[in-house]
Amino acid sequence: MKLLVGEGSCGLAAGAGAVYARLDKLLSENNPNQVQLGITGCIGMCFLEPIVDLYDDEGEVHRLVRLKEKDADLIYDAVCSKDFSLLDRIHISDDDAGFLEKQTRIALRDCGLIDPCNIDEYIARDGYAAIGKILKENWTQEQVIEQIDIAGLRGRGGAGFPTAFKWRAARDAEGDEKYLICNADEGDPGAFMDRAVIESDPHTLIEGMLIGAYSIGASTGIVYVRAEYPLAIVRLKQAIKDAEARGYLGDNIMGSDFSCHIIIKQGAGAFVCGEETALIESLQGSRGMPRLKPPFPAQAGFWYKPSNINNVETYANVPWILNHGGAAFAAMGTEESKGTKVFAVTGKIKRGGLVEIPMGKTLREVIFDIGGGIRDDKEFKAVQLGGPSGGCIPASKLDTVIDYKALGATGAIMGSGGMVVMDESTCMVGMAKFFLDFTANESCGKCVACRLGTKRMQEILGRIVDGKGEEGDIEKLEELCAAIKDDALCGLGQTAPNPVLTTIRYFRDEFEAHITDKKCPAGECRELITYYIDPEVCVGCTACARKCPVQAIHGEKKQTHAIDTDACIKCGNCKQTCRFGAVKVH
Amino acid sequence: MENITTKCDLSKLDPVLAEYGSTPGSLITILQQTQDIYGYLPREALERISGETGTPIATILGVATFYAQFRLQPVGKYLIMLCQGTACHVNGSELISAAVTDELGIHDGETTEDGLFTLEHVACLGCCSLSPVMMINGKVYSTLTPDKAKQVLRGLKKEAEEGGAEE
Repeated sequence: MKLLVGEGSCGLAAGAGAVYARLDKLLSENNPNQVQLGITGCIGMCFLEPIVDLYDDEGEVHRLVRLKEKDADLIYDAVCSKDFSLLDRIHISDDDAGFLEKQTRIALRDCGLIDPCNIDEYIARDGYAAIGKILKENWTQEQVIEQIDIAGLRGRGGAGFPTAFKWRAARDAEGDEKYLICNADEGDPGAFMDRAVIESDPHTLIEGMLIGAYSIGASTGIVYVRAEYPLAIVRLKQAIKDAEARGYLGDNIMGSDFSCHIIIKQGAGAFVCGEETALIESLQGSRGMPRLKPPFPAQAGFWYKPSNINNVETYANVPWILNHGGAAFAAMGTEESKGTKVFAVTGKIKRGGLVEIPMGKTLREVIFDIGGGIRDDKEFKAVQLGGPSGGCIPASKLDTVIDYKALGATGAIMGSGGMVVMDESTCMVGMAKFFLDFTANESCGKCVACRLGTKRMQEILGRIVDGKGEEGDIEKLEELCAAIKDDALCGLGQTAPNPVLTTIRYFRDEFEAHITDKKCPAGECRELITYYIDPEVCVGCTACARKCPVQAIHGEKKQTHAIDTDACIKCGNCKQTCRFGAVKVH
Repeated sequence: MENITTKCDLSKLDPVLAEYGSTPGSLITILQQTQDIYGYLPREALERISGETGTPIATILGVATFYAQFRLQPVGKYLIMLCQGTACHVNGSELISAAVTDELGIHDGETTEDGLFTLEHVACLGCCSLSPVMMINGKVYSTLTPDKAKQVLRGLKKEAEEGGAEE
């Protein structure tokens, strides 16, 4: 019997460490059935964390979810007595199990199944078989790239550029020294696929990078990873060490002539470093400001040598493609977009987590069939794709299929895979402002369009949510959007207006309500709302009055309470506190 | 002047400069390790790095102020990193921020007078499914409510007081 505790960042944040420690203590004291205790990475069902998978002697998996530390005792009793009916209370429901069963996992194929710190478990699942085959059979660079080409793999980081094209360009570039770079600076606030891959299956990244390095003729691989992902860095370091010790990485890999070393460089917190030339500047120890293209990194990248950059998910697909053939990958998806895509589904969704599906499914399938729909049975309002470079897609477009072209037509982008779901209580103007605050703050300042343009947009959006919007503000925003799109230097600047453009396109009435009627229909913008107590619902429990920091709520015990709107500072404490839903907003 | 220069032990930089001082492109790594040592980037440490690596102090400050990770001021005993990611925003991170301010009287980037807490708004911590979240000295606190956040802070205050009494 085997117990695997899901120890990704999310699992640990939810308390998996305490569950593991308790199980470890109990089993080390007395372990009559020789139960093995181990860890695995992110299973992807973040909404059920912490999770323990129990593999019984018949090979059946009992997935135990939403565990508390004390549940470890129950699990211990069950494995000792082999009476698994004890676990019914913490066993995953059939509904929730559907979350994984409806997925097709390629990039995430090992996540939650193997111990990320154990290279043998990766090897046991075809690990290092792809690079092994290439080296043993002496494949040419073109043979490898051809498979990637047949697969139709496109960059999973945001721009969706064909991977084979980039690899050929880097291979054909003149230069004695070439670099292969992995962008693990997952900066989109709301995306965590890449972190999950590194934390849960670091060797697949190493193998994918080795295949890439072989194809372009690079002997150095560099992983640029966010400093905000400490666990990913620890596990990747360990994996690099283990791979080197086994001869899968370093000089004369697996006895061949091919040598490649991989080093880790930590980012220092700058969204713009997700742009490839800014990332290169940062690798060189400078301020992460984008370069003018051309020359492209394939010609002049890291230290102005030919370099190829892909993101984590792109590389994670590569070993699978080489093992199964490009055609098997291309068999999934649509004409335009092949294979699968991983999404980090979060926000007001019932079942949030990592979802990998073949391209061509609809947004509705991901959000409702897999994600279970909106939390607390509220109304779906919009889904944000692509983070600060993407856009908000409304309910009327829920049947849009997931491929690069169809998503692009909505005004959003595929992006790196952040999918933030919003319900009726989310203000779309506030959402647009949120992203503009982000881009204005993160703008590197090199070009005027982005540096000043985003700032002006931020100011306009700020006054709209403060109830000081003026007629003509929407048009001004549109004008600025067009100017930034045309004139910004880098891809991130050019796409910065997307969140605003899409919210204006689909939720113009909400902008108008803020500007003309001075109302926030979602009831979120503090300056535009009034809190009141519904006398029909209030039971006079006094809880809200006690929580009010400015004593603006009056009423006798067991009598209806009322809010003095002049004194109210709209902190929302009362609404948070009321268990009866009597505090309302208009 | 002497007081300022003797404030931090610059010899702690020796191993960092020995390892990276002469490798081109290592400025960010050097600054990261310097911050690991001192908790922030003391001016005199930056001057020493400049002297040893030949990188102008203006370039070093340019890099140090470009990236969100670097701090030029010391931080409190507890560094509260409050996530500002999209998922946290949608799930009410603004209310959490207000609760922290209410409890400690500090805003983004500020440190309490007793030197106990520093509040920092950070880009996504990547725990989106547990939003809203904050990370304090490496530990993640998830699915926060304003009340829960205040309780966490009160717990840490108490911990610090008790720890202080033991010393």
